[in-house]
Amino acid sequence: MFASLVSRRRSPLPGLGLTLGVTLLFVTLIVLLPLIGLGWQFARLGASDYLRVMGDPRVLASLRVTISAAAAATLVNAAGGLLLAWVITRYRFAGRGVLDALIDLPFALPTSVAGIALVALYAKDGWIGGLLAPFGLTPAYTWWGIVIAMAFTSIPFAVRAIQPLIEELDAAEEAAARTLGASDGQIFARVILPHLMPGILTGTGLSFVRSLGEFGAVIFIAGNLPFKTEIASLLIMIRLDEFDYPAAAAIAGTMLLLSLALLIAINIAQTRLYRRFEQGA
Amino acid sequence: MSLRQRLLIGLAVLFALIAIVAPVAAILTRAFGDGLGAWWSAIVEPETLHAIWLTVLTALIVLPINIVFGIAAAWAIARFRFPGRRALLILIEIPFAVSPVIAGLCFLLIYGAYGPVGAPLMNEGIQLMFNLTGIVLVSLFVTCPFVMREVLPVLQVTGEDEEKAALTLGANGWQIFRHVTLPNILWALVHGAILATARAMGEFGAVSVVSGAVRGQTMTLPLQVELLYNDYNTTGAFAAATVLTALALVTLMLRSAIAAVHPEAGGRT
Repeated sequence: MFASLVSRRRSPLPGLGLTLGVTLLFVTLIVLLPLIGLGWQFARLGASDYLRVMGDPRVLASLRVTISAAAAATLVNAAGGLLLAWVITRYRFAGRGVLDALIDLPFALPTSVAGIALVALYAKDGWIGGLLAPFGLTPAYTWWGIVIAMAFTSIPFAVRAIQPLIEELDAAEEAAARTLGASDGQIFARVILPHLMPGILTGTGLSFVRSLGEFGAVIFIAGNLPFKTEIASLLIMIRLDEFDYPAAAAIAGTMLLLSLALLIAINIAQTRLYRRFEQGA
Repeated sequence: MSLRQRLLIGLAVLFALIAIVAPVAAILTRAFGDGLGAWWSAIVEPETLHAIWLTVLTALIVLPINIVFGIAAAWAIARFRFPGRRALLILIEIPFAVSPVIAGLCFLLIYGAYGPVGAPLMNEGIQLMFNLTGIVLVSLFVTCPFVMREVLPVLQVTGEDEEKAALTLGANGWQIFRHVTLPNILWALVHGAILATARAMGEFGAVSVVSGAVRGQTMTLPLQVELLYNDYNTTGAFAAATVLTALALVTLMLRSAIAAVHPEAGGRT
C-alpha cells in the first residue's frame, strides 16, 4: 500500500502542466474532435438509414472488391515479405544494405506518385504490362491492378514485422534439429516458422489494414468501374462530392470499425503468441 | 555460399526489382522521356510551381507544431504518471490506423461548414476547410505520431537521473531541457521530424478530401500529379512526380545516414 503511494508521488521534474496542456490541446483539436465528428455523424444515422446505405448493391460490391483485393495483396506480401526479410537478415551479399533501405520506399513515396508509376508499368504499353499482354493478361484497370497497388504500398509492413524475429532465431535450435536428422524443409516448417508466426501475423495484419484503406495508389490503376473495380475509399469520396455526408459517414464508420477491430485482434493474438513462447509451450 | 542461398538472394532481388525499383524507374523514364528541356518546362509551369510552393509552405507550418507537440507529449508521457496516460498514448497513435480518405472525412464532418465546430465559425466568417487551414489541419493529423514515437523511447531509455541532477544543481526547466534533455533526444527528434515532414509533403488522400481542389490555388504537389495525369498531361504529371520521388529518396538516405551514425535514434518504420 505504501509502495503504491510512493510510486504515485509527484515527480520532482518540472513541466507537467505545460507539456500535458500542450499535448491535450493538440490531441483534442487534431485527433479527438475529428474522430468525434465521424462518430457523431455515424451515431446520428438511424438503423434504417444505415441499412439503406450499406445495403446498396454498389456499396456492398465496393466492400467485396476492397476486402478481396486486400486479402490477395496480403497473401502476396506474406510470401514476398518473408522472402525479403529472410534474405536481408540471414545472408551477406553485395547490395544488401541498398536492398534493406529500398524496402521502405513504398512508405516514403507519395501514393499518387506510386499510382501513376504502377499504371505506367502495368498498362498494355508498360514494361510489365507489355510482357503480359501477349498472354492476354492486362492487370491495369482490373481487380488485379488493385491488388498490385495494395501490395506495393503495404509490403514494408510485412518485411519490417518479420525481420526482428529472424534476427532473434536461436541457431542452436536449428543445429539440434539437424543433429536429430531433420531435413531443411522440416527445420523450416517445425522450428523456424513457428518462431516467426507472431511477426508474420502482425505484418500481414498491418498490411491488410493498410490495404483496406489505401486510396491514392489504387485509384489510378483500378479503372474505378462501379460494381467491378470501385474500392470503398473511392465510394466515400464520391458520396462526399454528392454532399451525401450521412452515406459517406456510414461507409467510413464501418470501414474504420473493421480496421480498429482487426488491429485490436492482432494485438491480442500477438500477446498470446509471445506468452506461449515464453512459457516454452 | 550454397546454391540455395544464391537462388533465394536472386529471387528476393528480382522481387524487389519488379515490385519496388521498376515503378521508380518508370517515373524517371516517363518524366525525362522527352528530354531534360521538356521536364524543366513542365516543372516551371505556374500551376506546378504553385503546387510545389503550397507543399513546402504546408510542411513549414506543420513542422514546428509537430516538433513542439512531439516533445511535449513524449516528455509528459515519459516523465510523469497521470490518469489516462495509456489512453493518451493510444489516441496519439490512432491516426496511423485511420485511412487517408476517412481522416479527411472526419475533419469535414467537424470543421466543415455543416460541422458542429465549423458551422458557428463559418457564421463568424472563419472558414477552416477547402483552404490552406484545412490542408494544414489534416497534415497535422496524419503526421502527429511521428515525432512522439521516436522521442518517447529515447526519453524512457535515458532515464531521468541526469535531469534530476541538473534540478538539484539549481537548473530551471528550460535549462534542463536545453542542456540535458535536448542533447539526448536530438537525433531521435531529427529522425521523427524528417519522417513527419516527408509524410506531410506526400499526403494525398486526406488532403484531397479537404483541399477543395481549386486549380492553381489549393493543389499540393501530390494533388497536382493527379490533376495533370487526368488532363492527359503525362510529361507534366511524371515531372511533378520526380520532385516527390526525389523527396522520398532523400528521406530514405537521411534515415540511413542517421541510423548509421546514431543507432540509438532508432530507424524504425
